[in-house]
Amino acid sequence: MNSYDVVIVGAGPAGMACAAEARQAGLSTLVLDEQPRPGGQIFRDIEVSDPGRRALLGKDYAEGARIAEAFRASGADYVSGAVVWNIDSAKRIDYSAGGRSHSVEAKSLVAATGAIERPTPMPGWTLPGVTTVGAAQILLKTSGIVFEDLVLVGSGPLLWLAASQMITAGVPPKAIVETVPKSRYRAAARHVLRALPGWRYLAKGFAMMRAVKRAGVPVHRDAEDIAIEGDSAATAVTFTSGSKRHRIETAHVALHQGVVPNQQMTRVMNCQHRFDESQRAFLPVLSEDFETTVPGVFVAGDGAGIGGAKSAAMRGRLVAMRIAETAGKPVSGERAKLRTALARDAAVRPLLEALYAPSDDVLSPADAVMVCRCEEITAGQIREAVALGAPGPNQVKSFLRAGMGPCQGRMCGLAVSEIIAAARGESPSTVDYYRIRPPLKPLLLSELAGLGAEAPREAAE
Amino acid sequence: MQSDALVLGGGLVGAATAYGLAREGLKVTVLDEGDVAFRASRGNFGLVWVQSKGDGYPDYAIWTRRSADLWPSLDAMLKEETGVSTAYEKPGGLHFCLSEEELEKRKSLIARLHNVHGAANYGARILDRQEVREMMPEIGPEVVGGTYCEHDGHASPLYLLRALHDGIKRRGGRIVADAKAESIARDGEGYAVTTPSGTFRAGRVVLAAGLGNKALGRNVGLDLNIAPLKGQILVTERTRPRLNMPTHVVRQTGEGSIMIGDSHEDVGFDVSSSSDVMATLAARAIRMFPFVKDLRIVRSWAALRIMSPDGYPIYQQSESHPGVFSVNCHSGVTLAGSHALALAPMIAKGALGEELSAFTARRFDAPAN
Amino acid sequence: MPQRIDTSGETVRFTFEGRDVEARAGETIAAALIASGETTTRASVVSGAPRGPFCMMGVCFECLVEIDGVPNRQACMIVAEPGMTVARQTADEVAA
Repeated sequence: MNSYDVVIVGAGPAGMACAAEARQAGLSTLVLDEQPRPGGQIFRDIEVSDPGRRALLGKDYAEGARIAEAFRASGADYVSGAVVWNIDSAKRIDYSAGGRSHSVEAKSLVAATGAIERPTPMPGWTLPGVTTVGAAQILLKTSGIVFEDLVLVGSGPLLWLAASQMITAGVPPKAIVETVPKSRYRAAARHVLRALPGWRYLAKGFAMMRAVKRAGVPVHRDAEDIAIEGDSAATAVTFTSGSKRHRIETAHVALHQGVVPNQQMTRVMNCQHRFDESQRAFLPVLSEDFETTVPGVFVAGDGAGIGGAKSAAMRGRLVAMRIAETAGKPVSGERAKLRTALARDAAVRPLLEALYAPSDDVLSPADAVMVCRCEEITAGQIREAVALGAPGPNQVKSFLRAGMGPCQGRMCGLAVSEIIAAARGESPSTVDYYRIRPPLKPLLLSELAGLGAEAPREAAE
Repeated sequence: MQSDALVLGGGLVGAATAYGLAREGLKVTVLDEGDVAFRASRGNFGLVWVQSKGDGYPDYAIWTRRSADLWPSLDAMLKEETGVSTAYEKPGGLHFCLSEEELEKRKSLIARLHNVHGAANYGARILDRQEVREMMPEIGPEVVGGTYCEHDGHASPLYLLRALHDGIKRRGGRIVADAKAESIARDGEGYAVTTPSGTFRAGRVVLAAGLGNKALGRNVGLDLNIAPLKGQILVTERTRPRLNMPTHVVRQTGEGSIMIGDSHEDVGFDVSSSSDVMATLAARAIRMFPFVKDLRIVRSWAALRIMSPDGYPIYQQSESHPGVFSVNCHSGVTLAGSHALALAPMIAKGALGEELSAFTARRFDAPAN
Repeated sequence: MPQRIDTSGETVRFTFEGRDVEARAGETIAAALIASGETTTRASVVSGAPRGPFCMMGVCFECLVEIDGVPNRQACMIVAEPGMTVARQTADEVAA
């Protein structure tokens, strides 16, 4: 079995920057990533974007391209299209690539698997034509696909970013339905002073909102009771805003309630997690060097807590520096400077987290709303299971099959934990999360069966 | 908090026994662990299996068969009382052999069990490859033959657990989560059990805490020599109906998933590294049913089976602490019928029947050689 | 109504439910389907309700399709290749 000093899972800003830094320190490094090309979701297709789509990314494009170039030049081994499906306590990683499964051993392992969008259960959210805002953005970034009738629904910086990118692309969204209650502005205001070092982010945010206004996109604020109508596909969005019921006809709706760390990998390794009230999400418990409670396992990037692309790249480098240090290599003199920059970059987060906390609509959906999309389990069924005595998501999963479908709970896990917590009058940190087991992604049986057969061949190489 | 009976453990064994006690009219409280417990129950493969059980241990063969016979009633009463279907089916079950040598061994096992059950009563028979194929056209080329038993069936372990919990509640029982039993002490005429959620009292106590029974047993003069044995299960995405009956290691669930498990007879199966074991299970399943190679695994479990030194259950009332019973076994689905409808009434009466005398832990006390 | 702001690059053709669909070289099947106005890729295995691409990043498994006879493939993760035969995944024939 091949072995590396560092194996990094994920080739977004954190993974790419970590790999480049690790190579700089002379560590043997492997990067495994699911996508066909490096960049992660934020810099997706950064190497192949044509000038038109580069313009959409603006200044961030240059930064992403630089990180990707440094990664390519670093000499790190890189397997694209690699789906990691198990990691054991000895840091043996099993992954699928090219229709076969392979195993590799890591002295240090870096999970740089980023974020996923928070589950947004609401009436009609499973209808065709309804996507996440991230999905709409991916369509724009990778294929230049836009919709003239797209209605953006929810809250968070990504909502405004996507809107401004669509405006730049010449096809503004039909409307923005923002779910931020008025009271949130007051709650957020007390973080303003602390956020000032992050004024660039704030300025960017205001610029995006101004662009939306200039483009004449209708913005409905303080929206609640959102529902998507349609029989076989989305036909309209309805909601209450300004104490009036609204209805917007559209075949394309994009939902967003912020992004949360993708926990699958750290969960499968039994790393400890905690529920962060401000981010309203589970985060891995980390040392100041981003090491998990499992020695030698690190988390870089948004998987360690949402911080954005800049922060992800910095955290990736810091992780590599720490691994190098542990391996007895000289530590880069830039470490102190990076830590300071990272802290400054994070200054804006408490403000954003307070302002864009998930809406009550998605945290406590009505009984009839489907929560587990794969197995079609409603919020009401989850509450019934709690009434039957289920103390947490694993018992609910056993009773109802919630989280047992092919997405393996990624699309419902956080919502299920929240609903159970509310029903039991506890905190999500008490009820915790689904226990995650291999395979991390569905795996062909024939491929799994071939796993053992491969070992002798590799050894003979 | 006072009840007639405390059942320590809310897994399949505890829940089936508690449900049976509630049916007998006892006021039952189940002291359960938190959300990450239930490992053995969740890892159960879901067979109600008779054909190979109890070779060399006739009492177990008969107890197992009795449970299979009680299963249809248990399933019907749970459905009626709770509306939850356990997905129980009794189409018979198949065991495949992948070599002539295996088939020969299997033939002599079946012959021995014939003698236990009696030829008319056993309902198992040996099949050649052609006969197996007629029953199950999807078998692979390596299957040389097998055995079929009409008393075998399968059910969903998870729905069974949910139905039992629901049934206990509907019959006035209580299930307390986050109440893992820590110790048992005498308390007047009865017993007091301490848990992180408080102290609970009752005249009868049933130890059904799986591996936890070992430590609890010491409180009440029971020396329970039990150890964990890891087993693994794979579950595929749903597919259209492909298998019309369960086999010993592959079955199709009501939802359409294919489940692949350890052989229940492979109790010595070595489970050292989970990916490699998953690969071994996958390879064996493909040899039996080639069509599964194109399905995807969506879930897997490792679960701890509870094993006594000889692999058979321990049912015993404490001599020093009358009213305290220990129930230890694997095969919590197969035995659910007996636990709910035969064992529980005995516990309710305060004495285990003669048919369970072979199952006390005293059988391990015999001096070596 | 979907639009393409960028039609540069090569075009790849495949079929979906028997009709021709155009994709830009390197683009995923899901993106090409959405661009062609197709948002329904499968029927739910539980209720048969229609579903379509949701996350576009390999997480939600809503965009499962049958590609060249192999079911349960993620349309958002697989690059369209010339001549592929893609079909909607129906609830009663989840696997071959």
